[in-house]
Amino acid sequence: MTASGGFPFLTTLMVLPLAAALAALLLRREAAVRWFTLAVGLLEMGLAIPLLSFQPSLPGFQFVELADWVPQWGMHYHLGLDGLSLIMVLLSVFLLPLCVLCSWTYITKRIKEFHICLLVMTAACVGVFSALDFVLFYVFWEAMLVPMFLLIAVWGGPERRYASLKFFLYTLAGSTLLLVAIIAFRAVGGSFSIPDLLGREFPVSFQRWAFLAMALAFAIKVPMFPFHTWLPAAHVQAPSAGSVILAAVLLKMGTYGFMRFCLGLTPEASHFFAPLMIGLSVISILYGGYTALGQTDLKRMVAYSSVGHMGFVTLGIFMFNQQGLTGALMQMLNHGITTGALFMMLGAAYERSHSREMADHMGMGKYLPAFMGLWGLFALSSLGFPGTNSFVGELLVLTGAFKANLWAGALSIPGALLAAAYMLRATRSMAWGQPSTAKAWADLNIREWTALAPLAVLVIWIGFAPGLAMRSMEPTVARLLEHVNTRTALAHKAEQPERPILAEVTP
Amino acid sequence: MAALALLFLIESLEFAKLGALRAWASAAVAALAVLALGQRGALFGGCYSLDALSQFFKAAVAVGFCVVVAIGSRPREVEEAKQPDYFMLLAISSLGLMLLASATELVTMYLALELASLSLYAVAPLRSESRPAAEAAVKYILYGAMVTALSLYGLSLIMAAQHTTYVAELAQKPWSVAAAPLAVIGLALYLTGFLFKLALFPFHFWCPDVYQGVGNETAAFVSTLPKLGALAVLVRLVGAIGLDAQTADALAALAALSMTAGNFSALVQKDLKRLLGFSSVSHAGYAAMGLVAGGPDGLTSAAFYGVCYLLMNLAAFYVVCRVRQDGQNPTLSDLDGLYRTSPGMAFVLLAAAFSLVGLPPTAGFTGKFFLLSSLWGHGHDWLVIVAVLNTAIAIYYYLNMVRHAYTAEPAAEGASPTPGGLAPLLGASLAVCLLGVGLYPAPLLGLAQAAAKVVLP
Repeated sequence: MTASGGFPFLTTLMVLPLAAALAALLLRREAAVRWFTLAVGLLEMGLAIPLLSFQPSLPGFQFVELADWVPQWGMHYHLGLDGLSLIMVLLSVFLLPLCVLCSWTYITKRIKEFHICLLVMTAACVGVFSALDFVLFYVFWEAMLVPMFLLIAVWGGPERRYASLKFFLYTLAGSTLLLVAIIAFRAVGGSFSIPDLLGREFPVSFQRWAFLAMALAFAIKVPMFPFHTWLPAAHVQAPSAGSVILAAVLLKMGTYGFMRFCLGLTPEASHFFAPLMIGLSVISILYGGYTALGQTDLKRMVAYSSVGHMGFVTLGIFMFNQQGLTGALMQMLNHGITTGALFMMLGAAYERSHSREMADHMGMGKYLPAFMGLWGLFALSSLGFPGTNSFVGELLVLTGAFKANLWAGALSIPGALLAAAYMLRATRSMAWGQPSTAKAWADLNIREWTALAPLAVLVIWIGFAPGLAMRSMEPTVARLLEHVNTRTALAHKAEQPERPILAEVTP
Repeated sequence: MAALALLFLIESLEFAKLGALRAWASAAVAALAVLALGQRGALFGGCYSLDALSQFFKAAVAVGFCVVVAIGSRPREVEEAKQPDYFMLLAISSLGLMLLASATELVTMYLALELASLSLYAVAPLRSESRPAAEAAVKYILYGAMVTALSLYGLSLIMAAQHTTYVAELAQKPWSVAAAPLAVIGLALYLTGFLFKLALFPFHFWCPDVYQGVGNETAAFVSTLPKLGALAVLVRLVGAIGLDAQTADALAALAALSMTAGNFSALVQKDLKRLLGFSSVSHAGYAAMGLVAGGPDGLTSAAFYGVCYLLMNLAAFYVVCRVRQDGQNPTLSDLDGLYRTSPGMAFVLLAAAFSLVGLPPTAGFTGKFFLLSSLWGHGHDWLVIVAVLNTAIAIYYYLNMVRHAYTAEPAAEGASPTPGGLAPLLGASLAVCLLGVGLYPAPLLGLAQAAAKVVLP
């Protein structure tokens, strides 16, 4: 293998969990598996530290590794990071130890296999976000399904069989057309290499259907209305760690795909279909929020809230301006942190109450102050309260939306209000609700603190000092935007020399 | 080399019992076949040639035969006294398939096909005291005989129109409907025999019944090796002669129908072998895509897919044979809780099922991926779409197998399959092969590419 960028960090990040998964097979004691996976997770985090030396201002991909894979078919083992993927790789790696911690007592059966699934999952996540060969990307994209399917099907709730099957069928059916698009891109563009393809221009008619084929796969993964129905079932039935990975990483694969492939490879089609995508995003925001408001099952509520939050991300993507795209990327990160944390907390609550119903979690404020305090923080972050991470992202998306399309902005505002309504309602009944069912429960223990505290720190840190995260994103976003807009401008110059694609409205 | 297999097994018939030695002997033959990959030459005045294509398929057949023997070294459903005959017949059939891979003349091909088929007709009813087995055998023979007649008739038409039966010479003749209508009809009829072996719609009617009726180990053989032989011939003929536009369209339509009919029928099956039977009808459709695409890429991917199919189906049948060691047909509910009773086998099933779906990183995915990309842009893009949509349908029943194995509770204790001897090792190596070919297909693809190159004019 030739690593043109020196030490193959990305390969190591993938191989370590896979090797650990094999090694875990040999471990006999269950406690040993937990400690081992935790240690691997921490080591993985340590190995990811060098990635922070990423230079956002440099164009192109960094930490590139390139080797022959299937030379006969022009497929390469090609990895690398840009600002878009760096954040997602870091998030994937960061979550592994937290997932181990939050499953410590939650998972009681087939412990070894559970941790093997987590490890394989982490490897696949790193692979998806760092693959620079289209086929390699697809391999990781699909490989992710198997451990996730098993996580839901084996360790899930009572209706796990239905939920896991639905999850698998939906996502795999969606991505079959992505495969066709990949093949077509090679036929038209002559390569599977993503950087190569990004440098090429494709005929508009080809772009349109390729966009639709890819967008279906991504929209199901996000999930956007009306392709979202697998999500609540999967979230509710999955164990906490499964929900965390699902919310924090898996859904982001969809939005990542939109940014990297739809915007990057089919810019004109992206513009052409932007009204459709914006419409679906707005519906997702409103529908997700409204449905979440009607839930009494806390996990289901957070699951529907994900549909709404991810709607903001897709809205930001299809605004084609700096604020929108940066906001979308910020929201991808924020949603990973906040919703991941909420699912962890719900898992902790479930261990105490053995219920997901709001009514069974009344009055925790008095007896579990630390739990409620942290829940409050994450709930505020989820509804986009100033001073928390989500505020920054949501504000940017909305600014971008108002700038590009007044209607899209105006219509998604109620989504933010709905988020406030369901989150505050849940928080109120959990904190002060009567009668209290929380008397006999213990507050957060050290292990739970250890899992949640880093996320809480991130919530506040990004909330107060978003500059650091944004600095790593902005150059990439700017380049992506320039790529999309120049391509489209060039193509449209002949017909519409002056008119911008989307009506610009100054807020 | 192929005769060696025959020799060993005739020995087992006449003299001392070979027992476990059978598996070792066939492993030796497989090793020889792999070592002979580089052999080149021609025999019998050009009727029989050793080239990259023949050696590629021969090695695959030998390896497959070895696995089949190892899976069922003492098949329960065959009477003790008939077991030597059973292995002898399977070996003769494999020999026929190997001859088929090397045949470069139509009559030789036909004879090799008959050698391969006749011994299978004899093996099919060997499942003792089983009416379905007898019925399956009768169906197999009757359908087979009908197709043989068609093939032979086609052969006579080709001979009449083109005055030669050598593939190399046939390749020089005109093959358009306008220039040689009789020859095209003849070729279509001739190919029917091989499409029958491949179980392509509408020549697939024998397939689910035979799978269901014959013994588990026999089904493992019938479902894999004859298809390789058929594919070898089809790759050779399509490569040398080429398909004219109408034939390609017809084959594309058959491929689409085969995938769809196979998958939809498999959706409702409870009997695992019958399910795999219908699934193999859909896989025949996938393999035919490579023939439709033609050219170096299409033929390479068809040959490559043949080997992937061999590996994944053998892995699936490994589980089928081991789940019901009493020789009965396993149903989906027999897989319940397999994870609990035999985690290793459950993993083999997982790898086989996901490979059959075509999910990365398994051999099934790479095989299917090469097929799809070879076909794209050759005027049959619609077939690619049909193929991927079919993948979406197929997920349901393959996933169902995994779901039964991993999420259901075992029905009754005591029914757990007991691991014995080298069987776990065999299962593990099949699973590793599936993942290995999926992750790093380049070496095998290189062989397939060399094989395809030989036959192209």
